[in-house]
Amino acid sequence: MASNKKYWKNEAELNPNDSIVEALRQNEFVEDIPVDKFLGDKENLSATSTNRRDFLKYVGFSTAAATVAACEGPVIKSIPYVVQPENIIPGVANYYATTIADGFDFASVLIKTREGRPIKVENNTDAKVAGGANARVQASVLSLYDSTRIQGPLANGEPVEWSVLDAAAKAKLNALKGSGKQIAVLTQTYASPSTTRLLREFKEAYGNVNHVVYDAISEDAALTAFENRYGERALADYNFENAEIIVSFGADFLSDWQGGGYDGGYAKGRIPKNGKMSRHVQFEANMSLTGANADKRVPLTPMQQKIALAQLYAKLNGTNVSGELPEYAQREIENVAAHIRKNKSAAVVVTGIDDVNAQTVVLSINDEMLGSRAFDAQAPRYVRQGSNAAVNTLIADMKAGKVGALLMDGVNPMYSLPNAADFAEGISKVDFSVAFSTNWNETTEVTQYTAAANHYLESWGDVEIKKGHYSLTQPTIRELFDTRQFQGALLQWTGSEKTYYDYIKETWSTAVLNGGDWNKALHDGVFVASSDVLETEESDPVNGGVQSDKEEVESLDDSVSESTVIPIASAVRSLASATSGGGMELTLYSKVGMGDGQQASNPWLQEFPDPITRVSWDNYVTVSKSDAEKLGLVNEHVANGGMDGSYAKLTVNGVALNNVPVIVQPGQAPGSVGLSFGYGKQVGMKSEMQTGVNAYPLYQNFNKVQSVTLEKASGMHEFACVQLHKTLMGRGDIIKETSLEIFNTKDHAEWNIVPQVSLNHQEVPATSVDLWDSFDRSIGHHFNLSIDLNACTGCGACVIACHAENNVPVVGKEEVRRSRDMHWLRIDRYYSSEDTFEEDNIKKDEFDGLSGEKGSLGGFGELEHPAANPQVAFQPVMCQHCNHAPCETVCPVAATSHSRQGQNHMAYNRCVGTRYCANNCPYKVRRFNWFLYNNNEEFDYYMNNDLGKMVINPDVNVRSRGVMEKCSMCIQMTQKTILDAKRDGRVIKDGEFQTACSAACSSGAMVFGDVNDKDSQVAELSHSNRMYHLLEHVGTKPNVFYHVKVRNNNEA
Amino acid sequence: MKKVIYRNQISKVLGIGLVVFQLFSISLSAQEDAAAAGGDPVKGKALFNQNCAACHALDRKMTGPALANVESRLAEDEGLDKEWIHAWIKNSPGMIKAGDSYANKIYAEYNQAAMTPFPTLSVEDIDNILAYTAAAPAPVAAAAGTEVANAQGGQGSGSGISNEVILSALILVFGLLVLMLFMVNKTLRQIAMANGVDLEKEMGEKRLPVWKAFAKNQFLVLVTVIFLLLGSAYFAYGWMMQVGVDQGYEPIQPIHYSHRIHAGDNKIECKYCHSSARVSKTSGIPSLNVCMNCHKSIYEVAPETLAEGQAHGVDYNAEIQKLYKAVGWDEENQKYTGESKPVEWIRVHNLPDFAYFNHSQHVSVAGVECQTCHGPVEEMEVMYQHAPLTMGWCINCHRETNVKVAGNAYYEKIHAELSKKYGVDQLTAAQMGGLECGKCHY
Repeated sequence: MASNKKYWKNEAELNPNDSIVEALRQNEFVEDIPVDKFLGDKENLSATSTNRRDFLKYVGFSTAAATVAACEGPVIKSIPYVVQPENIIPGVANYYATTIADGFDFASVLIKTREGRPIKVENNTDAKVAGGANARVQASVLSLYDSTRIQGPLANGEPVEWSVLDAAAKAKLNALKGSGKQIAVLTQTYASPSTTRLLREFKEAYGNVNHVVYDAISEDAALTAFENRYGERALADYNFENAEIIVSFGADFLSDWQGGGYDGGYAKGRIPKNGKMSRHVQFEANMSLTGANADKRVPLTPMQQKIALAQLYAKLNGTNVSGELPEYAQREIENVAAHIRKNKSAAVVVTGIDDVNAQTVVLSINDEMLGSRAFDAQAPRYVRQGSNAAVNTLIADMKAGKVGALLMDGVNPMYSLPNAADFAEGISKVDFSVAFSTNWNETTEVTQYTAAANHYLESWGDVEIKKGHYSLTQPTIRELFDTRQFQGALLQWTGSEKTYYDYIKETWSTAVLNGGDWNKALHDGVFVASSDVLETEESDPVNGGVQSDKEEVESLDDSVSESTVIPIASAVRSLASATSGGGMELTLYSKVGMGDGQQASNPWLQEFPDPITRVSWDNYVTVSKSDAEKLGLVNEHVANGGMDGSYAKLTVNGVALNNVPVIVQPGQAPGSVGLSFGYGKQVGMKSEMQTGVNAYPLYQNFNKVQSVTLEKASGMHEFACVQLHKTLMGRGDIIKETSLEIFNTKDHAEWNIVPQVSLNHQEVPATSVDLWDSFDRSIGHHFNLSIDLNACTGCGACVIACHAENNVPVVGKEEVRRSRDMHWLRIDRYYSSEDTFEEDNIKKDEFDGLSGEKGSLGGFGELEHPAANPQVAFQPVMCQHCNHAPCETVCPVAATSHSRQGQNHMAYNRCVGTRYCANNCPYKVRRFNWFLYNNNEEFDYYMNNDLGKMVINPDVNVRSRGVMEKCSMCIQMTQKTILDAKRDGRVIKDGEFQTACSAACSSGAMVFGDVNDKDSQVAELSHSNRMYHLLEHVGTKPNVFYHVKVRNNNEA
Repeated sequence: MKKVIYRNQISKVLGIGLVVFQLFSISLSAQEDAAAAGGDPVKGKALFNQNCAACHALDRKMTGPALANVESRLAEDEGLDKEWIHAWIKNSPGMIKAGDSYANKIYAEYNQAAMTPFPTLSVEDIDNILAYTAAAPAPVAAAAGTEVANAQGGQGSGSGISNEVILSALILVFGLLVLMLFMVNKTLRQIAMANGVDLEKEMGEKRLPVWKAFAKNQFLVLVTVIFLLLGSAYFAYGWMMQVGVDQGYEPIQPIHYSHRIHAGDNKIECKYCHSSARVSKTSGIPSLNVCMNCHKSIYEVAPETLAEGQAHGVDYNAEIQKLYKAVGWDEENQKYTGESKPVEWIRVHNLPDFAYFNHSQHVSVAGVECQTCHGPVEEMEVMYQHAPLTMGWCINCHRETNVKVAGNAYYEKIHAELSKKYGVDQLTAAQMGGLECGKCHY
């Protein structure tokens, strides 16, 4: 008898009406298999004369041919130079000091070149100002090799010769000479003495020239406030190292606030020394990098921030202002005010509010009230000079047909202007327009001529980042394409025969060097003008502050000096009476990974996970949990391990952005939302790089704060988020934390607890138990990496540096979503579930039973959710190079093994890809190559084209499919250091050993070195009482160690 | 032979005749001059090669002008006497400065390359040199060249014939032997037949053929199969282990560069050309400007060398011309044309990408001779891969070789500690940690 049992394949079959089941009954697959797609054109296919037999013949022949060909080894050719350049030795890297000044990022850097190819950006430690490269600057070397760069000048999109463009430009400019129409020059901020001089001469040559400086993300309010007060259009400089209390109202000074570059000084003040460290209070709407690092973070909407600032001013002033604040904010303002009064010159207040009044008030507080020694108005920064009014006037002029020629450099107004439509209308009325650009973009689309511009690594230049602090840009490679830098073209159009190099040299010898040596300046990349230094030292705010300390006490109460009373008072009043425009308050911000979007086609930056949300390849609107619940917006984890988020529609003043993905952001001030600039670029971009939405259309009147209405839209967005678990679940041994008070008063055994294990029924410290025979590591080098969680701001420069140094592939959004990201170094970000991590730990420790009030079942569930305003901690995690490495014991082919120098080696050629090691790694730092990422059309990022491959570090293997990889502790760098010393026959000094991450860390959080060298910094750090190892109880004995994070909770 | 020597001149018989005649006549008169001045062409030749040959040749322009009969030529064309030549050789920059017209003309003509002053040369020395320049050397050289070539050719052909003779004699002997055996066999059979012995029957009766007996013995079959399998496994293993091992790889290079001549005969230090081996991970194939350091003056090889080349089937002079073409050197005008074409050498020693090897570590720090890995390069006419370049080969050397620690401050501490630990005076690279995977694979 035949069985009439029915076998169910799937639960869905229970429903007879299920369409999928029905479809499956008829077809093998639910979805149509895209046969057509891979068979190509069906008509062509049927028309071809190749029949099945022929096809088989071809297959047979080609297989045989391939087999025969494979019998012989490839012939590899070596082509030496005809005439070898004097300074290049194949196989030896050269370093050149240069400066990036792209209008958004300004930094003095060293460029590592191999055989003439720039391959890596390093910090210029000689630079006193802006010597640290952030993630974008670290990644900028890849933008040089962007395969979408424009390779020569274009006229209306068609390639032309430079001579054509030159002739057209000269003819037009001469025609405009003396005519009523103006020649407009719209540029980025250069802060360049030579360019300023050049533009002046250009103006002299052609008359009616209007130079408009335009910053995509404007600092106009701060510039105007500074100008009103000090008579110079610049930005005050801050050195947070000198501050004992830092109060910030919406200033994200650890990323891009007022040009950025403040994290180094900040981090120095954050390391507890002699029982002291700075206290940082942050009032902000979005959860920013700065807020995440604060000791106390108060979420306030932008409107409330203004009131809070006004209140603080009034408190310090002893007066009263109107305006209401939530009770917790009010309390904090009082605490802060008391704290500031106590510290006076050691306090500093900063704000990122786009409001001249707010900026004026802050300048007044820092300068007059406090005489803050962290504040420097004498030698201000010149890194932002854009003027909103000038830009608006220009657009109006263009629309009125008053502009005869428009020259643009370093700007992309069609992308970054909120009123791009006006600009487009205006440019259509301009007779002659040319844009200097490295890439085809929204603006080059509408200009007549596109002048292919140099990358900064191909250019000459000079920058005065801070008054008296000059930097030089020098080319590190000849132009890859037929490109020219703006200044070079301008020189030619003014009829000069000089090169821009000669021009800079001339400017410097007359105006800058003042007897200094040009060659030395060029070698160092930086030059500090001696006269200016003297000047600033005389009026050093430090001395000034200390001397006038006692007088200040009175002046604090007496209010400020007469001359500025009225404008300040009115400014404070207008701040205090700030109102929101109804609806929610949107704060636009820039991400450390993308900035203003200039490098949107840089795959390293696209794949760089945002330090806060840990989302890569996207921007999104951040919404507080309470608002999300109200609006029905969700983030959910789906079955394939990815995170999905709702879509929302954002409307500002009639301008709508559709389908903006939503991230529910802990710490976001209720009533506020955030959205980052820099994404949503379309024109001239590879399809993989067209990510996110463009926030600039919402940047109305160049104000980062906008009143917005948020509506839920249909559909779910697929995020590529690398960290789905947000909290520590009370596991205080992963990130150890303590407060400054406990740190100062109690023994380290109490706040840096060594985990206990049971040995012979005795509780003993885990560090004393060992299953293994230990290697003898007392001889030779023994490398250790120290990571100070107090100094780490989570900026991510190390992540990109590691990417560049170690040829880490870019895998793309889809693969990141599948958790196949390849970053050797990740920066974990944890939120507390209760208000503090401390409370999390207590909650977990007090679990009692399964259910009930203190039940662990519900309790752990609760611990998964971050608090509304959580504490945040960052923790960089790379291979811990365990002395007792769990990965080594499980490798069946001994592909990973230990060295005497403390590094855990990974022999890629030996690996067979079982992935046992990754399974057995407690730190989850091993990365598996699921695909061949180089030479693969499916991964069209940079490793598949000749241009992009030029960035590859020749000293490090490019891994193939099917092998495991991980942090090597930059063994190629340590080996090189050792070899150099051997060759010179000398002992290695402390500080010579570096890894890519430790060299990139401008905050000093990462220190690398040889612990067997007893005098080294890392050896000293390894004996610090803050030192602990990650997951110490596992007994892996890592060679990477961390320092307990200390928070300054002293409220006054 | 003559054709080679006079390859730049007219090849017609008439032309050669004319030239020979002219040379003859000139040399006659020149010899007279030399004799009159008391110069000694033999001493002069030595002095010429020592002092002048780097920039001057007799019959062609180099950095400086051709010098054959310079004295008489100057006297006839420019009306300059010997005193002028003396003055010029002793202090040419002085004369240029002083504004001597012909001095300045020559200076301008030769790219303003000032001639090194030779104040140390005595008048007698200069006269000797002038005697040499006047004494037509070409025919002498030609004759010498022919002699050498003949001698060599004679030797070569002589040995060839003797080999053939020996071989054919041997073949003849073997043939005779075979014939004799055959005949002996035949005779014996005939005798047997005559005696009535039936050879076939006696031998073949009741005996199985060997192969059948073998097939019947299962044990023997089994043993044979096992041995066959083991044998094939051995050879299969051997074959597979040589996959990717290119020991003896000797590709034909675009320019026939003879290490034998350069490193062997001329004893040029390896690191003169492969200079980056001292400081870099690559030994560096020298750029062409390094070749031109010498080959600017060495435009052709000595006739002896040329003949050696013919034994290898190479015309060295043509190879030098290839170099000139690649580097863009205009021999006529002694100038670089700027039209260069890099040489695409075929790489002989190929390490896989996943193995990191640093030349400077071995050459500068360890002081390993190049020959240790690259073999007798100074004897190689064509470069080939001497070592297998396998990991086993690397490791063996690391196990056996002592680290050169003497006088290197880097090693002081680690050497003291490690030698105490291992109880040895000398440490091998392996004991120093040179066998760890990550030292070469990253």
